[in-house]
Amino acid sequence: MEKAYKDIRPAYLILADGTVFKGRNMGVAGTTIGEVVFTTGMTGYQETLTDPSYYGQLVTQTFPLIGNYGVNSEDKESSRVWVSGYIVREVCFEPSNFRSEKTMEQYLEENEIIGIYDIDTRALTKKIRETGVMNGAITTEWPEDMDALLKEIKAFSIKDAVASVSYDEPMTFTIDEPVCKVVLMDYGYKKNILRSLNQRGCEVIVMPHDTTLEQIRKIDPDGIMLSNGPGDPEENKEIIANLKEILDESEYPVLGICLGHQLMALAYGAKTEKLKFGHRGGNQPVFDLNKNRIFVTTQNHGYAVVSDSITEDIGRVSHYNANDKSCEGVIYNRPATFTVQFHPEACAGPHDTQYLFDNFVSNMIKYKGEK
Amino acid sequence: MPLRNDVKKVLVIGSGPIIIGQAAEFDYAGTQVCRALKQEGLEVVLVNSNPATIMTDKTMADRVYIEPLNIPVLKKIIKKEKPDSILSTMGGQMGLTLSMQLAKEGFLEQEGVKLLGANPETIDKAEDRELFKEMLIKIGEPVIESDVFYDIESVVNYANNVLGYPVIVRPAFTLGGTGGGIAYNEEQLREIGGDGLRLSPITQVLIERCVSGWKEIEFEVMRDSKNNTITVCSMENVDPVGVHTGDSIVVAPAVTLADKEYQMLRSAAIKIIQELGVEGGCNVQFALEPNSFEYVVIEVNPRVSRSSALASKATGYPIAKIASKIAIGYTLDEILNSVTGTTYACFEPTIDYIVVKFPKWPFDKFVYAKRTLGTQMKATGEVMAIGSFFEQAMMKAVRSIELGLDTLNLPKLKGCSALEIEEKLHNCDDERIFVVYEALKRGVPIDNIYNITKIDKWFLYKLKNLVQMEKYLMMSDLTPEKYKDAKDLGFLDSTIKRLSGQEPPIKLPASYKMVDTCAAEFEAQTPYFYSTYDEDNEAKEFIEKNDQGKKKILVFGSGPIRIGQGIEFDYCSVHCINSIREAGHEAIIINNNPETVSTDFDISDRLYFEPLTPEDVDHVIETEKPDGCIVQFGGQTAIKLIKYLSKKGVKILGTSADDTDAAEDRDRFDHILEQCGIPRAEGKFAFHTNEAVREAEELGYPVLLRPSYVLGGQNMIIAYSADDVIEYMDIITANGELENPVLIDKYLMGTEIEVDAVCDGEDFLIPGIMEHIERAGVHSGDSISVYPPQSLSKDIIDQIIDYTGKLAKALHVVGMINIQYVYYKGVLYVIEVNPRSSRTVPYISKVTNVPIVNIATNVMLGKTLKEMGYDSGLVPNADYVAVKVPVFSFSKLTDADSLLGPEMKSTGEVLGIDDTFEQALYKGLMGAGYDLNRVDEGVLITVKDADKDDAVPLAKKFIRAGYKIYATKGTHEHLAANGVDSVMLNKFNEPEPNTNKIFDTGKIDFVVSTSKIGRDPAVQSVQMRRKAIERSIITLTSVDTANALVNCLLSDINLDKVHMVDITKI
Repeated sequence: MEKAYKDIRPAYLILADGTVFKGRNMGVAGTTIGEVVFTTGMTGYQETLTDPSYYGQLVTQTFPLIGNYGVNSEDKESSRVWVSGYIVREVCFEPSNFRSEKTMEQYLEENEIIGIYDIDTRALTKKIRETGVMNGAITTEWPEDMDALLKEIKAFSIKDAVASVSYDEPMTFTIDEPVCKVVLMDYGYKKNILRSLNQRGCEVIVMPHDTTLEQIRKIDPDGIMLSNGPGDPEENKEIIANLKEILDESEYPVLGICLGHQLMALAYGAKTEKLKFGHRGGNQPVFDLNKNRIFVTTQNHGYAVVSDSITEDIGRVSHYNANDKSCEGVIYNRPATFTVQFHPEACAGPHDTQYLFDNFVSNMIKYKGEK
Repeated sequence: MPLRNDVKKVLVIGSGPIIIGQAAEFDYAGTQVCRALKQEGLEVVLVNSNPATIMTDKTMADRVYIEPLNIPVLKKIIKKEKPDSILSTMGGQMGLTLSMQLAKEGFLEQEGVKLLGANPETIDKAEDRELFKEMLIKIGEPVIESDVFYDIESVVNYANNVLGYPVIVRPAFTLGGTGGGIAYNEEQLREIGGDGLRLSPITQVLIERCVSGWKEIEFEVMRDSKNNTITVCSMENVDPVGVHTGDSIVVAPAVTLADKEYQMLRSAAIKIIQELGVEGGCNVQFALEPNSFEYVVIEVNPRVSRSSALASKATGYPIAKIASKIAIGYTLDEILNSVTGTTYACFEPTIDYIVVKFPKWPFDKFVYAKRTLGTQMKATGEVMAIGSFFEQAMMKAVRSIELGLDTLNLPKLKGCSALEIEEKLHNCDDERIFVVYEALKRGVPIDNIYNITKIDKWFLYKLKNLVQMEKYLMMSDLTPEKYKDAKDLGFLDSTIKRLSGQEPPIKLPASYKMVDTCAAEFEAQTPYFYSTYDEDNEAKEFIEKNDQGKKKILVFGSGPIRIGQGIEFDYCSVHCINSIREAGHEAIIINNNPETVSTDFDISDRLYFEPLTPEDVDHVIETEKPDGCIVQFGGQTAIKLIKYLSKKGVKILGTSADDTDAAEDRDRFDHILEQCGIPRAEGKFAFHTNEAVREAEELGYPVLLRPSYVLGGQNMIIAYSADDVIEYMDIITANGELENPVLIDKYLMGTEIEVDAVCDGEDFLIPGIMEHIERAGVHSGDSISVYPPQSLSKDIIDQIIDYTGKLAKALHVVGMINIQYVYYKGVLYVIEVNPRSSRTVPYISKVTNVPIVNIATNVMLGKTLKEMGYDSGLVPNADYVAVKVPVFSFSKLTDADSLLGPEMKSTGEVLGIDDTFEQALYKGLMGAGYDLNRVDEGVLITVKDADKDDAVPLAKKFIRAGYKIYATKGTHEHLAANGVDSVMLNKFNEPEPNTNKIFDTGKIDFVVSTSKIGRDPAVQSVQMRRKAIERSIITLTSVDTANALVNCLLSDINLDKVHMVDITKI
């Protein structure tokens, strides 16, 4: 509150349709353009900010109080903040938690993120819900030429997303006495995928997004994990081609998550589509056809695999979203190969589907034994 | 799995009378359950002893029994009704314990009744401390180091040699943690541990490591037979572990946990419910060490609870309804989310606001009761507030709680020095949050406050924001920006004006947001709103979109449950809403009590979860633009608004503001009585102490003192001397000058009579007359009330009818009127008139089969009684006698005196209904928990001089019933002089044999104690009554009540001679 009186910097959120929300600036000043999306998670804002899948997006939190427990050095899902801008109702200037090291304001500043707070995030969410995902800009300067800005906003699209967020060099994360070795294809992986695999006794070699089958063979892993990542899956022609080769020419067990799930489907000739406003949050109900029950999952995606495009000769849909019935998982005819749209690694969000990592690990152990 | 095909007829057990720890939330749950089951085409048999509930309405179930809740009665009903199933998890601890007992005895199996909702193994694993611990250890969840004991020496030994102090005592199977507490040394442990053992029905206590000061986090979890498991809501207690969650300020969702901590606890909650195998709802409580990931599981409630009601209202997810559907076979993925209509119940609600729950304590009634909060719940009710910001929600909560505050400034703390304030921070009591606020104002560092209170700094910083805003408002110009910020933080315009001394530069109307379970992710149609200050007003959109050209009628609810204003008023509000809707209009309600049926979002056309202050109400009116509003059903909370509304030009349906005032204003009312030729006890009024003493002396003692505009006899006493008057005036003027005078009446000790009537301005209808067992002087809410009257002649009845009609007409009553009379030495006097609905309306509606609220609402909407087919006057008596017996919660309130007087003390009531008065009384007393089959031992009689003559025949009756009489000196001598034998005891603090140690001998079954003065815990008679209550000995503080009880003991009535009455057949 003190802040509000001594240092109020106005900021504006301008949507592609010309709607303007006036608020206050947090983080750094300037102008940023991106795709405006909302996430419904009530905790885990730091994980959200550092999730590479949010690359190119202006992320809105529907929960109004953000920054309550501060920011720490442990809860990062990658090395940096990836969102293009951050939109909240109230930002907490005086957080409280034993691990808190800095405030949200400081964190955004350090990461040079333009943020806006003190706007009606519910009205914004309703707008996105009704009109679908929309581009927008956050700016701390009222635009002199609004038409020009709107033009720029409308023209914006997320390009080369995967290449922008993934590492260029392989990295190995080993543990004592590993039970198996995994290649993690980095399309913008979240650290908890790595942790989840490490915890289950896997040595993990993170490989760049454009890794080929030949390069993988040199490593001789027991399985391949396809990570999450940002953007339109169809854009990744090279990755899809590489994947096709991997799938056709090898027998490595595969687990795909999120973008990995979509890329797999595309590699098999199935289709993906853009959702009206995506699934983002930690409360998405997913029906697991194998277990015949629902699991609550973490999700963060704007595209989905078209269920009908998973034909019998490819595999079958194993999970679907209980709300809109969209495809949430596929089991392929290829042995030990399955993918899910949601995030079993959670962070932020519920840990209810971590058993999928166990399944993957047992697939790998079996494969290793047979090889 | 769809509906089970082996379930056709279900018995639902309610939770009985309202007591501390078990309040209206179970009426809300029970009502949802009945509606859900009936929707499925099932036949529902309902049993509950509480007549003030909505669930006991004849429309709620196919068969409704308002009968005592105990095993023999339930067996009788099961044999009569032959249900195929029983739903155990909806009636609080009461319903659960009874169901489990029936199951364990083998009775259910024998009768072919299936147990739905929970099985005994699940319940035992959750409730039996040892089994619970075993279960947690098995699944690797951390438990608090503890052990279970059955005798006090082992308890002390464990604490001394194993745990060290402090330790927590938790008795097994008690309500709201009755008898528990924290002991800091051996002496305290012996006392608390001993109480706990005695109060536990299985003489078992748990002694555990004290984790006081840790964060207290709760999760509401749902699971079905397919193992689908979801968490509905997390909640964080502002007051850390150590204060009962029912006495804590609670926020939803948890706000100080990072995702790692949150998911850790969420996963644990899910693991626990899956291991327990609960099918339905379950509450899991954790203690989380604030500086690490260490946590322990405190408690699990495998049933719907107060917390589940709160979680339901906080998220819009109807836990009880979904739990009952699960109980009859459905799975979460088959049940639609009624909020969105397109998604399913198998998801986790996400919210885009913050909720604050604030408890309502009865310490304004029990001035001398110990205000300390601990493991024993003391609050009678609670309010909930929803806001976009914590500060906003907190300010709304403080306004809703009806302490007369619009900020967190408690006037009485102004006079304390900074040092005193810091000292007070150590007291963990009902005023702590205000003390914290005052400390922040005085500049006490946040670290100091945290170290003392362990209230998370997040909350302290937020409170500091409010302190700072107050300062900003008092400083310099009120800019539009500052004004908007103040509004966001929950300040009212009137408060902003007062603090700033300036008119706001702009006026921001409130905008309303929808509670939709999904943070706007999906379109919802919930007519459930809260206010904030944005441009986007969803309520307005909703109204425009759904406009059917109907009239809009606004109804005001009754706020938090408190002594004197309980669930009865929610019953009235809900029936009023139903009647408005039936009449083809839209009903809109404003209320703030999360426990109630009226705040269920599918009861009214629109629900506004808001404080009931003029300004908050005004905002709703701006958005709604109602055609009229009704204030008669929300108790004093609603009727208080009438002046303001009337001034604003809002149309009041029913009796006008002016006529309402005429009933309350001493002079105007006296004038009306004079006009009608109706006598009343001579009375005066006063504003100041000296004046009051003078007037009292003029009238002659004893006199009755009370403030004008009261409900439940708030701050009402009988004064026998000037000292009493002075003590009283000091208390009542403690918070400043009086706005309205104190009324002083000559006190008449006659038969008290109560009447509820409906008047259309021309004709009036009296559904029934009620006579009280206790003579005037005991508050009507605390009296045993009998319908129809047993001792009144036809002449008096005629006079009552005549007076009622005259008063209703003279006051131009349109709608409800409640009149209390006293018949004293051949003369009928009026005691008071309330031009509104009263607490007796639900029960009298049920026993007379006259839908009073419906009739009154229709009258207010413009119909006449004649049009509805009612003649003027008294409705002929029903074929049954109904006896309403009050129920008290004294055992929960340390140092509260149980002496009954003009100030109401009961928290709830039960009804006995049968063919004769004797049978009905027997059932009423049994329902209220009086054990009428005690092993005959002794009765202690100790009465004030005025009662000594009455004590003689009373003692004789007890002797005839086989009891031995014990008496204190004065009473003993008076009995002896009249030829009645008794054992003389010394007073409480005198040498033995005295009225203290006698209770440890087990020789006393009943105590009859009346004394001139009470309240002050230093008084020996008060100490004696407290001791009796702590020993669970029935204590009667009116000779009349004792007389009714002994008559019952003497009669040959037993359970075989009473009938189970299905009230749907009346």
